Amino acid sequence: MSEIQPIVMPKWGLAMEEGALTSWLVQGGAEIEKGQEIAEIETSKLANVFESPASGNLRRLVAREGDVLPVGALLAVLAPATVSDADIDTFVASFVVEAPADAGGAGGPAERKLERDGRTLAYKAAGLENSATPVVLIHGFGGDSDNWLFNIDELAKSRPVYAVDLPGHGKSTKTLSTGDLSELSRAVADLVDEIGAQKFHLVGHSLGAAVALQILRDWPERVASIVGIAPAGLGERINAQFIDGFIAAEKRKDIKATLQLLVGDPELVSAQMIEGVQRYKRLEAAKEALRAIADKNLPSGRQTANFRDLVAEGRTPILILWGARDAILDPEAARGLPSTVKVVLFDDAGHMPHLEAASKANEAMARHLEAADALSQPGR
Amino acid sequence: MAKKSYRDAIREAIASEMRRDSRVIVMGEDNAGGAGSPGEKDAWGGVLGVTKGLQPEFGADRVLDTPITESAFIGAAAGAAATGLRPIAELMFVDFMGVCFDQIFNQAAKFRYMFGGKAVTPLVIRTMYGAGFRAASQHSQCLYPLFTHIPGLKVVLPSSPYEAKGLMIQSIRDDDPVIFFEHKLMYDDTADVPDESYTIPFGEANITREGKDATIVAFGRMVNFSNQVADELRRDGVGVTVIDPRTTSPLDTETILDSVAETGRLVVVDEAHPRCSMAADIARLVAEEAFSDLKAPIKTVTAPHTPVPFSPSLEDIYIPTPAKIRDAVLAVTRGRAQ
Repeated sequence: MSEIQPIVMPKWGLAMEEGALTSWLVQGGAEIEKGQEIAEIETSKLANVFESPASGNLRRLVAREGDVLPVGALLAVLAPATVSDADIDTFVASFVVEAPADAGGAGGPAERKLERDGRTLAYKAAGLENSATPVVLIHGFGGDSDNWLFNIDELAKSRPVYAVDLPGHGKSTKTLSTGDLSELSRAVADLVDEIGAQKFHLVGHSLGAAVALQILRDWPERVASIVGIAPAGLGERINAQFIDGFIAAEKRKDIKATLQLLVGDPELVSAQMIEGVQRYKRLEAAKEALRAIADKNLPSGRQTANFRDLVAEGRTPILILWGARDAILDPEAARGLPSTVKVVLFDDAGHMPHLEAASKANEAMARHLEAADALSQPGR
Repeated sequence: MAKKSYRDAIREAIASEMRRDSRVIVMGEDNAGGAGSPGEKDAWGGVLGVTKGLQPEFGADRVLDTPITESAFIGAAAGAAATGLRPIAELMFVDFMGVCFDQIFNQAAKFRYMFGGKAVTPLVIRTMYGAGFRAASQHSQCLYPLFTHIPGLKVVLPSSPYEAKGLMIQSIRDDDPVIFFEHKLMYDDTADVPDESYTIPFGEANITREGKDATIVAFGRMVNFSNQVADELRRDGVGVTVIDPRTTSPLDTETILDSVAETGRLVVVDEAHPRCSMAADIARLVAEEAFSDLKAPIKTVTAPHTPVPFSPSLEDIYIPTPAKIRDAVLAVTRGRAQ
């Protein structure tokens, strides 16, 4: 029976209790690969494609399209051809839905706050029981720590993970002093001091990658490695229309149209995502914060910071993940970097590959972080 | 961000605006309690405790307990607004509003228009509405259609604690008279409400559920019922969009018409009586502007054209329920082409 592997309803974020299987993207009997898109699942908060957590022969589709099932419910069964149908019947019949396990036993990400100089820096923490080098996740312009919904639990299986709300964003203080990269990177530096990490990895998305590279420039000896997801800071070009549209949009319709630029498949933008952005933008000083960051970092619609030389130095392991259909930052910017910088391109993803191709992105990140850990501790 | 009740969200909105702007004052019956007596002050904090704690923080000059004369203090509040303050007057139950219709309908609502746009009246009237409290015919009505009828008034119906805070701050900052309706059965509802200030603009509907088969337009407490129905029906393969207009005046007609263009089926859920109600108003809007989009007759779910009964079992039948909303959605979606 151990050859039979269940595929169950995933848990996407703390609040998810059940999901609707909207459609199967594969047929029963197919050979599937880990990371292959096998179904579309919708929760009250979002809709996304579900990527298979394992490889094998998809012997049985248990859930039917339209079914609404609790987290952990059996969706399908993987087993080699040698397993008999009767054994699979028994497996399906005796399958018990486990109470959703909190990832890594850490009870899911915990929300925390760091107060400094009368300002609040909010962050999430997970995987604190692990001893490997911690990783800090830095979201992009207008985002927040919830952008790592599909990544945080996965990465927390092997190391402590901290996901920050940059100043001006999420639950952190909205008023900024300047909005430049050094203000944002100092906030992340405050966080790593707070958690007492001498060395740490940085995963930055878009603007967050530029923040990570700024930290690498300022404290090169403390940064174990960097993952830049659709990174800013590698060239001048950016879709300034998106930035201006994101700041200006107030009505639901306009926010929806702007958010759809972020992803390869516009269907991924759910009502709740729009509501989340709308709620953030209504907060006092949030719009001013976005304006200040855009004015400092993208005056006249061009990026000011350029870290190409730093990235090309190759002293710190750097992985770049990019969606080929990115409409905000062109993946062309990753061309011409030395071979020490690993670049992974996701064909169908837009500007959010960590959301759109989550399991592949997670796997690439986990492998990169492990390799970087091994480099910095050659004795092990 | 903490979970906060509807009551606390409203109080937090008022308190933060009072800190921000010294022109904001609060007045009403027992807003603090104990005025004129040697006993405890702030004993009441409003009939259901919404304004409790305001007088100790802001003093009796800015949190005024008034006599039981709505006609006098609503008139005073309108005058105070016209002369530079930003009063929040509490008129306990909307059922009592009749004694001060002149102050509201003929004075406050008309100042801007009749003084050639030179006068503004930044007045908020908070009031409780709705059945289900076992409080009988004179304390349970949903009179928001009366106020929606009058040009010059803005009418707000928050459907959750998050909505209540943002809409209250918007109401206080608005330069026109606003009637702010609080459903008395929702005060203990809780939800995530940011500690920071935020405003929700008037005339911009919220879409609380998305589905392709039918549109529900619902108001105030009925939004939650409709969300429940949409969640249930999703399991049965019926997709329902739920629209919460947030304000009946101004009304976001665009969002309603856009949604009906997509779904072709409309159910309006209104806790008020059926005649001259929001249900009638929106049915009229869609019949007039989007008739060719409709694939089924419009359905409305409302209270009946009777006073709110005192008998609990009759009151329960009187109020629209999720079961009635569900039946209406199933009636309009029956036999739908996929």
